[in-house]
Amino acid sequence: MQELAQLDAVFLAMGDPTRRAILARLARGEATVGELAEPFAMSQPAVSQHLKVLEGAGLVVSRVDGQRRPRRLAPAGIDAMERWLATLRAGMEKSYERLDEVLARMEEEPKRKKGRKA
Amino acid sequence: MSRLMLKTEGDTHVIVTRHFAASPEAVYRAHLDPKIVQRWLLGPDGWTMPVCDLDARSGGKFRYEWKHETKGHGFHITGEFVELTPHSKIVHIERMFLPQQTPDNHIETRFEPDGSGTLMTMRMTLPDEATRAAMLSTGMEKGMENSYERLERMIPARMEAGK
Repeated sequence: MQELAQLDAVFLAMGDPTRRAILARLARGEATVGELAEPFAMSQPAVSQHLKVLEGAGLVVSRVDGQRRPRRLAPAGIDAMERWLATLRAGMEKSYERLDEVLARMEEEPKRKKGRKA
Repeated sequence: MSRLMLKTEGDTHVIVTRHFAASPEAVYRAHLDPKIVQRWLLGPDGWTMPVCDLDARSGGKFRYEWKHETKGHGFHITGEFVELTPHSKIVHIERMFLPQQTPDNHIETRFEPDGSGTLMTMRMTLPDEATRAAMLSTGMEKGMENSYERLERMIPARMEAGK
């Protein structure tokens, strides 16, 4: 269930278009708060606030480089989503295997009824 | 033969295909009759769908609630049907509540005759590239570049093992 809680934090973080844009920017390489603030016409504290949510969800990490603290995408949050996709896919395959059985029975039922009438 | 295929298309799409050994009519019906949906749309073992409200017409809404038999919690999906073409196409929009709401996923599902069965093709459209990238962890920064390839390698292996 931790899985679902982490995923929930991830989607909470991703629920905001500015945060999605920040993620898209970081997907192209690391950036500082100042560099992130520029294209969004936003104050640095506002960007920092968004980064805090993204860091809390494990999607973004920072490193120290002298005076700079560049941010980049974090593997942990991405891994959670990757696992989620694998789970989703395994879940879908399981559902469809069940549907195969349901369909087999659906096709049989009318045949049986017809057989009885004949 | 019946293997699930999942791939990306363009910036915002995910394509899922699956073959069924039944007619398009039957597969279509199995997606829209709530009593039937409740029997198969359950994902991994241990989950049930106590609520399956489904109004199968254009503009109709649906709500699916899942519960785990031992974990004592669940999640739900709500959505709307945009277009229904009997036996060949379902267009709908859905979002999950985990409880946090996930971005809307626009899904077009087609059912086509395929030999003596049906080929189902689902085309999902996510609101933007970042959402899909996050969903699939594709195209992320250097070092993450191999994620998707890894994912592609991992998933068939997992599915083969499940067979």
